[in-house]
Amino acid sequence: MTFVLEAKGLSKRFAVTTGMGGHKATVTAVDDVSFAIAPGETLGLVGESGCGKSTVGKMIVRLLEPDTGEVRFEGRDIAHATHGELRPLRRRFQMVFQDPYGSLDPRQRAGDIVTEPLVVHGIGDAAERRRRVAELFERVGLRPDQMANVPSQFSGGQRQRLAIARALALDPALIVADEPVSALDVSIQAQVINLMAEIKAERGLAYLFIAHDLGVVQHISDRVAVMYLGRLVEIADKETLFSGPVHPYTRALLEAVPVPDPARRLAPRDTLKGEVPTPLAPPSGCAFHPRCPLASERCTRERPLLRRHPSGAEVACHNAF
Amino acid sequence: MPEAVAGRRRRRRRLSFNLYLWLGGGLLGLFVLLALFGPAIAPYDTAAQDLFALMQPPSAEHLLGTDNVGRDILSRIIVGTRYTLSIALVATLAAGLGGVALGAVAGYFGGLTDRIVTGFVDLLLTVPNLVLAIAIAAAVGASATGLTVAITASFIPPIARLMRARVIELKEEDFVSAAVTTGMSHTRILLRHVLPNASTVIVIEMSLNAGQAVLVGSALGFLGLGVQPPAPEWGAMLGASREFYAIAPHLVVAPGIAISLLVLAFNLTGDGLRDHFDPGIQR
Repeated sequence: MTFVLEAKGLSKRFAVTTGMGGHKATVTAVDDVSFAIAPGETLGLVGESGCGKSTVGKMIVRLLEPDTGEVRFEGRDIAHATHGELRPLRRRFQMVFQDPYGSLDPRQRAGDIVTEPLVVHGIGDAAERRRRVAELFERVGLRPDQMANVPSQFSGGQRQRLAIARALALDPALIVADEPVSALDVSIQAQVINLMAEIKAERGLAYLFIAHDLGVVQHISDRVAVMYLGRLVEIADKETLFSGPVHPYTRALLEAVPVPDPARRLAPRDTLKGEVPTPLAPPSGCAFHPRCPLASERCTRERPLLRRHPSGAEVACHNAF
Repeated sequence: MPEAVAGRRRRRRRLSFNLYLWLGGGLLGLFVLLALFGPAIAPYDTAAQDLFALMQPPSAEHLLGTDNVGRDILSRIIVGTRYTLSIALVATLAAGLGGVALGAVAGYFGGLTDRIVTGFVDLLLTVPNLVLAIAIAAAVGASATGLTVAITASFIPPIARLMRARVIELKEEDFVSAAVTTGMSHTRILLRHVLPNASTVIVIEMSLNAGQAVLVGSALGFLGLGVQPPAPEWGAMLGASREFYAIAPHLVVAPGIAISLLVLAFNLTGDGLRDHFDPGIQR
């Protein structure tokens, strides 16, 4: 099977300065993360704030260069490609950012925002571009007369539609969506997710859909990967993961998804205790062990690797088997 | 009607900002007209000497009096506008261009490029701008060109530093990342997305610098390092008449007021622009 995207052993460390003494330290934001996305497939990437999921997304679209590992896009490793080498390849993978207030140039007109990628890649002549941009506007649910407006004249949801139109302009094979709805009102979130799901079905494009709660990912994903402190702890088909989460962290996340059913409130909830440890000093062994209900002595020493569980999921846990 | 109230409030805000911009812009426009049509407006020839009317106080014949060789001061002030104004404008624009280019490259590319450019700019900054201008005027020679070069060099550092800081800020914006992910070249990102979003602070800084440039230019003229007499440059006029200020103060007052008014015009324009674009900044 060929993949649109294969990430192999991605790691990224950042140098940080802490405290008043200006101590230098390194934070391992992403540690040995591997996954693959098939054409037309959506992989949901879930984890708490600061777990490194956005860093993974940025490495995939090469806004960041991985320290180690490969980013194989349509078979070609682009992990260390230069800005110049990447430019022609970028048509095939696009990004939708979390904050639609920051990801659109405040001085550019909406029509130009969507047209510019076509100009940059020399696609079509002026008439052809106009036609394509008009189509894109219609597809994402914006009116053609809004093309002359600047971003500040749009609402958050409309801006995110504009950002989606820009990402679609180059007809990519993969879109990395970094929490594309978390900055939006709840009532708008569903509309934007539905739009993305419809577009995916029409065009057969693949998503890496990053989110911080499973509820958002559930609707749109084919498979789901769960990250904790820079590592993948579980990756499985959506059905497998939601019906039988194996890793204790995944289970806790699922427990945290709000259920619109008052009766469920009576059920005892196994919510997580404690805070996410600082990535400056991650716990030894399994990074999750200080918060884990199943933790054993082994977990404090030995770091678990991803292994295939009988359920079909791949899980990094000593005690789940 | 809430909408009418909001509209009225908007209009009132626009009016209050207009005060500075209108005053500064109007004054500046007046000076530009004088610079363009000076010789046609001036009542006398700037070189015409009336040896029977030396150092005369203001009168109906000579509105600002005459100088130590009997030339009409008003005419010299009017015609002299073009020296001061063109030196200030050319130097400010050249410094703006140079400073924006240096600051943009340093801020955008960072690393070694940044260290080299910043080092160069800091070096320029360690020399007080008047001293630097004197050194350059001494090297290039005392002329309008030398003066312009000198002022340009001394105004590059503040623009470069401002631009660098703004670019570093903008580089972190998602819309610049988005430009990268669509596959744009660095040149296009800088020209189409970074520069337009940095332009306001630069334009404001430049209009304030122009006022400073008038002062530095006049000071150098006063010291004899700029435009040479008998050309009616305001600073040179001040310099030439300083010996006589005790017996004929109007010789010093007239060019002094002209310089102050032009500086005021630039500063008001700069403040007006800042109030217009950054209404959040409180003075």
